[in-house]
Amino acid sequence: MTIGPAGRPLLAGEGLVREAGRRRILDVERVEAREGEILALLGPNGAGKTTLLHALSLLRPADSGVVSFAGFAGRDAARALRRRSAFVFQRPHMWDGPVRWNLELGLAAQGRPRHGVEEMARALGLERLLGAPARTLSAGEAQRVALGRALLLDPDVLFMDEPTANLDAAARTALREDLDRLGRSRARSLVLATHDRSEAFYLADRVVVLREGRVVQAGTPAELFENPADPFIASVTGAELALRGVVEEGEDGLLRVATDGGGPLLVAVGRAAAGRNVRISYRPEDLLLSRDAPAGSARNRFRGRIAEVRSLGALVRVRLDAPLEAVAVVTRAAADELRLTAGEEVWIQVKATALHAFEI
Amino acid sequence: MNPFAEAWELLTAGDLYVRDVVLSSLSISGSALVLATLISVPIGVAVGLMRFRGRTPVVALLNTGLALPPVVVGLAVYLLLSRSGPLGALGLLYSPAAMVLAQVFLAGPYIAAVTLAAVQGIPDDVLLQARGLGASRARALWLHVREARWSLVTAVAAGFGAIVSEVGAAMIVGGNILGRTRVMTTTIVLEARRGNFGVAVALGMVLLAIALAVNLGLLAVARGRARTGAAAGGARLPPVTS
Repeated sequence: MTIGPAGRPLLAGEGLVREAGRRRILDVERVEAREGEILALLGPNGAGKTTLLHALSLLRPADSGVVSFAGFAGRDAARALRRRSAFVFQRPHMWDGPVRWNLELGLAAQGRPRHGVEEMARALGLERLLGAPARTLSAGEAQRVALGRALLLDPDVLFMDEPTANLDAAARTALREDLDRLGRSRARSLVLATHDRSEAFYLADRVVVLREGRVVQAGTPAELFENPADPFIASVTGAELALRGVVEEGEDGLLRVATDGGGPLLVAVGRAAAGRNVRISYRPEDLLLSRDAPAGSARNRFRGRIAEVRSLGALVRVRLDAPLEAVAVVTRAAADELRLTAGEEVWIQVKATALHAFEI
Repeated sequence: MNPFAEAWELLTAGDLYVRDVVLSSLSISGSALVLATLISVPIGVAVGLMRFRGRTPVVALLNTGLALPPVVVGLAVYLLLSRSGPLGALGLLYSPAAMVLAQVFLAGPYIAAVTLAAVQGIPDDVLLQARGLGASRARALWLHVREARWSLVTAVAAGFGAIVSEVGAAMIVGGNILGRTRVMTTTIVLEARRGNFGVAVALGMVLLAIALAVNLGLLAVARGRARTGAAAGGARLPPVTS
């Protein structure tokens, strides 16, 4: 019962629709979690991630649609899922009692022997807290207890709803690592709802991007990252969408785009006819900055003025405002070496393959 | 003789009259409390968790029960059990059973209303989180209600304090019959009128002692809960039934 190379579908939802009043908050044709994979449901707040997670787990079934699990459908699927899945909530409830009892709770609730609690506590760094009142735990500790009591069930499917959303950076990192290590070893499949793309890309084998209750793209993190279907997905996957322009012509399979206020850019990814308005997305880390004119074959190179330099910890965010508005992210070492300061000019270069054009 | 000195003497000597009255009181109010708890806790839980048409008037009715005047309850039960009343044929008027019935009507709404408030005070998704760990519906419900257990203990204890010290309903439906329906409160009224202040004070002291004991018990529960995080004692699930 471990997550390894993805296999056949273990859990699938088809035609899942849910309405709140007159508003359709979920409308998913098909989504499936395969055996041996971590599937992330990624989207902004209100995208329908939790609703879909509840519908798939049958905790709060959709108004219509079918969920099948391990060859079962209907009531049989609900019965099987109750016994063979576990759900970790965004704000896990700590029952009034010690940590040990909270860890045992899933096993006790199913009338199963309470084995493996100490080992799980050790694996999650909770062994010293076993006798402590669960209500006195920090958010990170409580989330680890919630993960532990779910994993003790050795679930076929582990559902997790924004498990790191309420944690500080250190606790978030620790829980992600626990999830990657223990989740993969104790569950056959893991379905994770998150609004955090770094979490989705770090953990997931496949990502389903949701917007307004609908699936807008599904694929591996690399597929989404390299080939976002539209500007929304590009932004969800971390691209900047600051550049606007008009397609002048195609050139060697590339688009030549005249940008607002700047020179022409060559864009390798995207389809748009000449004369159409487009938005160009790029990842800030793909913009290369230099003091001297860059050598080499990159055709997208121009000078720009630095408007702002802001520290992000190990990285530095550089905002450029002339002639193009753009954002670059460089390492702190590079920023120090280039002595980047507001008001100065630098050379910017970006490969055509790092740019995506979307018709608007 | 000083009534306080006389009361102390009666209590320390284990006066039979005082003892019988105290035991009658505890027996009647204890029975009423058990029945009221068995009926009212499920009602409070159901109304607290379920959403149904007409719920608001039901909640208002339960809350009104918190302020039910004992005399009015006594009168209603009297009319119910009197010879010409709907249950007159049972011949229960002026019996301990009649007093138990009246006290159930007094404590019941109180326990139900506090249960309702306690259950509503628990986060909505606790039931769902229990289901998410594979609990059956019944067990998830138990895990939800379990979170309110300390509030329920308080409600039941307060309910007991209220019925053991009420006099209006006990007088009307019980009739204050010696050896049968004479309880502490009705005896205090009777003996004070007769000028037997020693007996009245002795029973008053017992009532105060009961109230004190109930409160000390609740305090001990609260302290133990704060110290252990309400730990070990409650950490047992009922046996698996499904």
